[in-house]
Amino acid sequence: MLGRLSLVLSVALPLLLATSIAGASPFVFTAIPDEDETRLQQRFQKVADYLADELEVEVRFVPVKSYAAAVTAFRNDQVQLAWFGGLSGVQARQRVPGSQAIAQGVEDPDYKSYVIAHRDSGLTPVEGDSAPEALRGLTFSFGSKSSTSGRLMPEYFLRNDFGAAPEEIFERVGFSGNHSRTISLVASGAYQAGVVSYKAWENEVAAGNVDTDAVQVVWETPPYPDYQWTIRGDVDARFGDGFSERVQQALLDMDDPALLESFPRSGFIPVDNDDYEIIHQVGQQLDILD
Amino acid sequence: MWRSATVRTSLGFVVLAIACVFVADFEISAHAPWAELGRLFLGLVQPDFEAVDYLGEAIVRTLAFAFVGVGLGAAAGLLLALVFRHLVVRTSCAFVRAIHELFWALIFLQFFGLHPLTGVLAIAIPYAGIFAKVYAEILDESDPSPSKVIPHGTGLVSALAYTRFSQAWPHLVTYTAYRLECGLRSSAVLGFVGMPTLGFYLESSFAQGQYATVGALLLLFYALIATLRLWARPRLLPFYLLAAPFLLGDGLPIRWQNVSRFFTEDIVPEPLRQGEGLAGLVPWLGDLLANEALPGIWNTLVLTQIALVATGLLTLALYPLVSHHFTGRHFTGRVRGALGHGVLVVMRSTPEYLLAFILLQLWGPSMLPAVVALAIHNGGIIGHLIGRRSNEVSLRPDAPRGIERYAFELTPRLYGPFLAFLFYRWEIIMRETAILGILGIATLGFYVDSAIQEIRFDRAMVLIVITALLNIGVDILARRLRNRLRLRHTAQSEP
Repeated sequence: MLGRLSLVLSVALPLLLATSIAGASPFVFTAIPDEDETRLQQRFQKVADYLADELEVEVRFVPVKSYAAAVTAFRNDQVQLAWFGGLSGVQARQRVPGSQAIAQGVEDPDYKSYVIAHRDSGLTPVEGDSAPEALRGLTFSFGSKSSTSGRLMPEYFLRNDFGAAPEEIFERVGFSGNHSRTISLVASGAYQAGVVSYKAWENEVAAGNVDTDAVQVVWETPPYPDYQWTIRGDVDARFGDGFSERVQQALLDMDDPALLESFPRSGFIPVDNDDYEIIHQVGQQLDILD
Repeated sequence: MWRSATVRTSLGFVVLAIACVFVADFEISAHAPWAELGRLFLGLVQPDFEAVDYLGEAIVRTLAFAFVGVGLGAAAGLLLALVFRHLVVRTSCAFVRAIHELFWALIFLQFFGLHPLTGVLAIAIPYAGIFAKVYAEILDESDPSPSKVIPHGTGLVSALAYTRFSQAWPHLVTYTAYRLECGLRSSAVLGFVGMPTLGFYLESSFAQGQYATVGALLLLFYALIATLRLWARPRLLPFYLLAAPFLLGDGLPIRWQNVSRFFTEDIVPEPLRQGEGLAGLVPWLGDLLANEALPGIWNTLVLTQIALVATGLLTLALYPLVSHHFTGRHFTGRVRGALGHGVLVVMRSTPEYLLAFILLQLWGPSMLPAVVALAIHNGGIIGHLIGRRSNEVSLRPDAPRGIERYAFELTPRLYGPFLAFLFYRWEIIMRETAILGILGIATLGFYVDSAIQEIRFDRAMVLIVITALLNIGVDILARRLRNRLRLRHTAQSEP
C-alpha cells in the first residue's frame, strides 16, 4: 500500500505546485501584525477594497504572524506593498533595492511610545524627556522584537537615560509580540510595566479593552518617525508604468473617515526613504540592523 | 539496592534536576493566574462554535497538511529505510530529525514564504528521518529465514514484499498510524508561524482573550484525535492522500530566485559576505557563541533536565490510572479505567508548544510553564505506555493491594521499561525545549527566533545547527545509557 501511496503522491504534488504557480498574480499587500488580528483583518480588508477600486487591479491583503514575516514576504516579492513600522520598513528597504517609502500617516513624523505600568507597581505618571527612575528593578515587557514603538526607540531612550542595557535596568525583560498583548500582560500583572505605541494604546482604550483601573500611562517618550507604506521598486514593470505613483496617490487621497479611523490616522502624507535615517542609525547602534 | 546501576542512574538524574531547579527561574509573575485559568476552563465547558466561521477551513487545512506531510515523510522514510545501513544515510537522517518541525518551517518561510510547500516540507523532512530510522529497526527485527528459501532470481521488490515486509507489515502500519497522530499535532502547531491550520486561529483567539473560541478550537482538535481510529481507515487512506494536496490552500506564489538567494547569500555568514574572510569569521562566530549559543545551550540543558525528571515523576504517579491492577476489572473498575484513559488522552493530545503557550499566558514568563507543559504531554504518553505494560503483568491472587502493590509489586517490575521509554523521549524533550524558546523562554529557540526577527539567517542557521548537534549528542548519550542499563526498547513499543 505504501508503494501505492507514493505513486499517488508523486502524481498529486506536481499538480499542486503547478496549480499554485500558474495564474495572473494580483497586487498583494501586507502589514506588520502590531495589534489584534481581527482588527487588522477588518482594517486592511477595507483598504484592499478601496485600492482595488482606485487602481483597477485585483488587490489582496495577506495577514502574517510576525514583523519578520512581513519583511520576508516583501523581500521575497510575495507582497509588493506593506504597511511597515519604522524599523521593519528600514529592514525591508535595505534588502529590496529600489523600494520606496511612499506615504506615512499625518501623525507618523512625530510618533511616540507610552510606558505603561500596573497600579500595584506604585509608579506615578511623570512629565519630561527622561524616563522615570522608578522603573528600575521592575519586570518590563517590550512588544515585538522588531517593533519601532514597542522596542527600538523606547530601548534607545531607556539606554540613554539609564546608561545601561534593559537587562540591567529591569529585573526581567520580555517581548510580548504585539502592543495589545503588552497591554494585557501588564494589566494582568504578568509584567509590572511595559511599553506600547501610543496609537495602539488609544485604540485599545477607545475599544474598551483596557482595564484603566489596573494599568495607566506613566511616561511618554520623545517623538520619532514611525509607520509608513513601502512599495517595491519593480511594481511598475509588473503592473504598468506609473503604477507606484498611482498607489501613492490612492493612499494620499484616502479621506474616508471609516478607512482612516481604523489605523487610526487623520490622513496620509508623502514621505521618502531619507526620513527614516534616524531609525536606521538607532537600529545600527542597538545592533539590530547591519 | 544502592549498588544497582539503575537506581544510581535514576538518583543521579533526580539530584541533577534538583540542582537545576535552583538555577532555573520558576516564578509565577501573573497577579491572577488562577482567574485566567478559570476563564479558560469556562471557555472549554461553554465553547462557542458559532464564533468561528473559519472552523471548517482550519480543520480541513490541519488534516491536509498532516496527510501530505506524513504521507511524503513515510514514502521517503520507507525508501531510506532500505539503505539505512549506510553511514551517510543514518547520519543525514539523524540530522534532519534533530531539527524541529517549527524550525524547518521557519527556514522554508524565508524562501517559499506563505506557500503550502513550507508547511508540507516542514513536516515531511523531519518525519522522513524518523520514519527511516524506525522502519529500518522494524525491518531488522523481522525474521530473516524466509529470505533464505525464496527462489533464486526473485526480484528485489518481490523478495522484500514477500519476506520482510509481509512480516513487519502490522508493525509498520501501527507505527505509521501513530505518526499520523503526531502529524496532526505538528500540523496544528505550524499555525503559530503562519500556516492556515488550527494553531493560526488558536493563537489569534488566545491573544484576544476569546476563550469561548479557544475552547471550541481545542475541543475540535481533541475530537479529531480521539476519533482518529474511526475515520482514518486503511481503505480510506488513499482517498485522503489523493484529496489532501488539493486542500492545502493556495498561499502566495513561490519565486525560485528567493531559494537560490537564501542558499548563496542569506545563510552565508556576514563577514564572508562582506569579504572579510576567516579574519572576520572567527570574532563573528566567537561573539555568537558567547552571547547567544552558550546561554541558549545552558538554559536548554537546565530546562530539559528538569522536564525529564518531572515527566518521569508524573508518569509514575499516573500510570495506575490506566492499570487494571489498580482500577479493578469489574464494571466500576472499567469506568474508572476509561476515565483515566480519557485524562491521559487529553494530556498527550495537547502539543507541548500549545500547552506552554497557554500556561505562559496564564502564569507569566518563566521556565515553569515550559516544564509543566513538557511533563504533562510526555507524562501522558509514557503513562499510557507503562499502564498498558502493567496490564500484561499477572500478580498472584494474594498479592498486596493499594500502596504496597504499587511500591513493591508493580513499579519495580515496570521500572526497566519505564526508564527505557523515558530515555527514548529524552531527545524529544530536548528538541521541544529548544523550540519553546520561540515563546520567550531563553532556550536556543529564543535566539533563533531573535536572529530571524532581525532577518539574520546566517546567525539563525548556526544556532539551528548547534541545536541539532545538541539533540544528536543527547540521543547518543541516551542510547549508551540504555545499553549500559540493558534496557530494551524498540520503536514498536511506541503507542
